[in-house]
Amino acid sequence: MRAFRLIKVAGKSIIKNKMRTLLTMLGIIIGVGAVIIMVAIGEGAQSQIEEQIQNLGTNMLVITPGAANAGGVSQGSGSFNRLRGEDADKIRNESIYAAGVSEVIFTRTQIVGGAGNWRSTIHGVTTDYPIIRDWDLSSGRFFDASEERTGKKVLILGATIAENLFPDRDPVGERVLVRNVPMDVIGVLEPKGQTADGNDQDDVALAPVLTVQRRLSNWSFIRQILVNTYSPDDIPEAQEEIKAIMRESHGLAAWEPDDFEIRNQEQLSEAAQGTTEVMTALLAAIASISLLVGGIGIMNIMLVSVTERTREIGIRMAIGARGGDVLTQFLIESIVMSILGGALGIALGMGGSALLGSTMGWATAVNTQTVVIAIVFSAAVGIFFGFYPARKAAKLNPIDALRFE
Amino acid sequence: MSESNAVIQVRQVTKTYTMGSNKVHALQGVDMEVQPGELLAIMGASGSGKSTLMNIIGGLDYPTSGSYHLDGIEVNKLSKNELADIRNHKIGFVFQGFNLLARTSAIENTELPLLYDRQNRHKNHREAARKSLERVGLGERVDHHPNELSGGQQQRVAIARALVTNPSIVLADEPTGNLDSQTTVEVMQLFQELNDEGVTIILVTHEDEVARYAKRIVELRDGNIIKDITQEPDSAADDLKALIARKAAAEAATTPSETETVDAG
Repeated sequence: MRAFRLIKVAGKSIIKNKMRTLLTMLGIIIGVGAVIIMVAIGEGAQSQIEEQIQNLGTNMLVITPGAANAGGVSQGSGSFNRLRGEDADKIRNESIYAAGVSEVIFTRTQIVGGAGNWRSTIHGVTTDYPIIRDWDLSSGRFFDASEERTGKKVLILGATIAENLFPDRDPVGERVLVRNVPMDVIGVLEPKGQTADGNDQDDVALAPVLTVQRRLSNWSFIRQILVNTYSPDDIPEAQEEIKAIMRESHGLAAWEPDDFEIRNQEQLSEAAQGTTEVMTALLAAIASISLLVGGIGIMNIMLVSVTERTREIGIRMAIGARGGDVLTQFLIESIVMSILGGALGIALGMGGSALLGSTMGWATAVNTQTVVIAIVFSAAVGIFFGFYPARKAAKLNPIDALRFE
Repeated sequence: MSESNAVIQVRQVTKTYTMGSNKVHALQGVDMEVQPGELLAIMGASGSGKSTLMNIIGGLDYPTSGSYHLDGIEVNKLSKNELADIRNHKIGFVFQGFNLLARTSAIENTELPLLYDRQNRHKNHREAARKSLERVGLGERVDHHPNELSGGQQQRVAIARALVTNPSIVLADEPTGNLDSQTTVEVMQLFQELNDEGVTIILVTHEDEVARYAKRIVELRDGNIIKDITQEPDSAADDLKALIARKAAAEAATTPSETETVDAG
């Protein structure tokens, strides 16, 4: 009840001095606003980078034939030097972690059509491939299960091929020649850009596995099996599970080493995440400095205010206010001001990051965690920087304070 | 401890200030008792020690030696916080400069001491403050701010604030120092009325004009009491009537009758 009354007294004092209150809060408003905008930009960048990693496929496992047994002495009878369709089928049937499975076979060849010809790589894949690689089409469609099963002569072009062969029109519906086999272009892939080591991911064309095996290449064993999991968290378990399935499929005895390799992108994603976290922390640190300056602003004005209100403090003490009451009053004033400033700062920060997001096209994300931290931090600033002036007020001698002009 | 029923018992109180290397003996062994219901004026020129005595009686300062009992409580032995509570419960201050909080209404100023009442003796602060303001004749102006009130009215708010906690004594430091002669008499009339109702009042003043309304006068010089007399006080009410009558007569004599209506407000 008394605390409530003291809060009311502080509230009245804040309302009665609107200009002073606003100036005091300005530092906190800008500080908190800056923190929120900075963190929003940082988190936006982080989610953008995460998306890019998703592009590579963070929840993707790549199974390749092992190099260890290529010329190794341990190459026993019945061991396989390559991947087979049966391996992929076994994973499809037995794995609980695998969401999609796609064999990949490569053949490098000339594609003729449209404006001329282009040398590129044709990947034989399954219908799961675009999901595993998280790769959308910019036009047309992907081949369906029946086209895959029957080995239809359909082709999906990567953006680079599409640009070079059909610079002035949509290639969907066109017919191209691959090794003298006419193939219908049914879709164009969205541009994915270069990989980290500079390979053009868009210089590729996709066709059903069977089509590539039967029509385009007579020497076409499976070069990779791509598997994706439902969540990146499943990767370690999935890796173990698929390893076991592969060993069984290849009939490896316990003492035999793997004749295949399973790689994941987890490490890459961890590194990238670490980088963006550092960036977010850096931005937040810079913005925190402005919050600190805001806190010093509060202390400054509170100190002036204590001097200005010395007489008021004297009156309050003469009529029975204890030092602790005066301390509480001034502390509450500074806390209320900094929390109020923090709230306005949050509004400013949210508005600012929304504006940045829409005008600059930056991805920004304000999360509740930042908001809570901002409020707690501004209250802490109020207590920390309000304490010294409040204590100064509480320590005044009432006789001197009353005589103060 | 106190065998008598005196409100205030001051025994051999001294107060010494150290200013640089020399010591100032503001009080040099003062003995004084105040009974309930007194209307006492403490007089003295500046430097006589009357402000020091008032600060000690008011619980704003500690004596260097000697003892001070207020309502049987040995005030000089209390901690700072206990002293603050004593000021809150037992003493009502009225200051020369009114010392009201600006931008704060009369009733909010009046209820201010109740905020610091740790025993919370008044459940309804607003109501207690309103009654106190009615007691000093300001029942109509509870929501006025100090800058909307005359000097006399501001001092009435200050008196209402002093009375709101039902203190053992009202301590008024030069209560009329900032007021004109008629308002001075009006405020003294209020003090006399409150005293008639049983409120113990101590006035600290250097003006004979004020002291003549007190029942008892204690005069200090150089930190010692040099005079302690009881007297038949003048009636402030009578003086006020006489003052108004004289003013009216003077106005009637000097001003033409048509301007009278202007002054009448």
